[in-house]
Amino acid sequence: MARMKFLCDAERCIECNGCVTACKQEHDVPWGVNRRRVVTINDGVPGERSISVACMHCSDAPCMAVCPVDCFYRTEEGVVLHDKDLCIGCGYCFYACPFGAPQFPQTGAFGVRGKMDKCTFCAGGPEKDGSPAEFAKYGRNRLSEGKLPACAEMCSTKALLGGDADVLSDIYRERVTMRAARGTKGSPPWGWDTAYGSAEAPKQVQPPGPGVPAPQPAPAGKS
Amino acid sequence: MKHALIALVAGLSLAALAACGERPQVATYKQGTYQGKPDTPPYQNAPFNGDKAAWDRAIAQRAQNQNEYKRTR
Repeated sequence: MARMKFLCDAERCIECNGCVTACKQEHDVPWGVNRRRVVTINDGVPGERSISVACMHCSDAPCMAVCPVDCFYRTEEGVVLHDKDLCIGCGYCFYACPFGAPQFPQTGAFGVRGKMDKCTFCAGGPEKDGSPAEFAKYGRNRLSEGKLPACAEMCSTKALLGGDADVLSDIYRERVTMRAARGTKGSPPWGWDTAYGSAEAPKQVQPPGPGVPAPQPAPAGKS
Repeated sequence: MKHALIALVAGLSLAALAACGERPQVATYKQGTYQGKPDTPPYQNAPFNGDKAAWDRAIAQRAQNQNEYKRTR
């Protein structure tokens, strides 16, 4: 059984906000609601790191635990979704979520705080798949079309990965192994080599041959 | 007088044991069940029409598109 998850590689994220834009465009997300955000730590300082954050579709989701009307459910793929017809916009899920995923539109039937909106892993909601009602409430249902979330699929550096957790783990494991094998050791703490590994394997230092003099250490006191 | 004393001792004994009958004051959490509308699996409708294996293959193939080491090999 698939267990859908997101994984963001902080070595590769370049804070382009392409994932945020893709999400808003794909689902026609209203102004003021951000289902996905890019968070940067030490912004502007060499070595800064960025990650893309949205609903992490927790296995033990605190939003589900605190919802007073029990409008959350988890699909068999592990995607946490909710029924907007049942949501009362109380905001408990927002306080409970450690990622700030639940968003509340500033207009609607509840005045200043409308019904909760969050990342659906591009899986729609409890309406007929691909119907106008589903799109209006939850956005496009890409999963039912055999596609993965738009944010992950269009990430230019492939920092953001989305899909079955086992597959993502394999991809990330191969990536980290490749970095280690291709010269991350000794490379700067950020940059191309750290994120992708060198284009070629590092050259091996050949030991001096019988007719070649070994390099002499520099005399002390000179640099 | 003796009966009154016995009754008083018995009453005090019962009062002293009253605390032993207190129930725990900590509320136990019970997960609620989903109250909303039912949802269908993503492979239920077109284009997969209930073919879960085909849906799994499509998702697996899309997932591998995220591995540029495989795409560029």
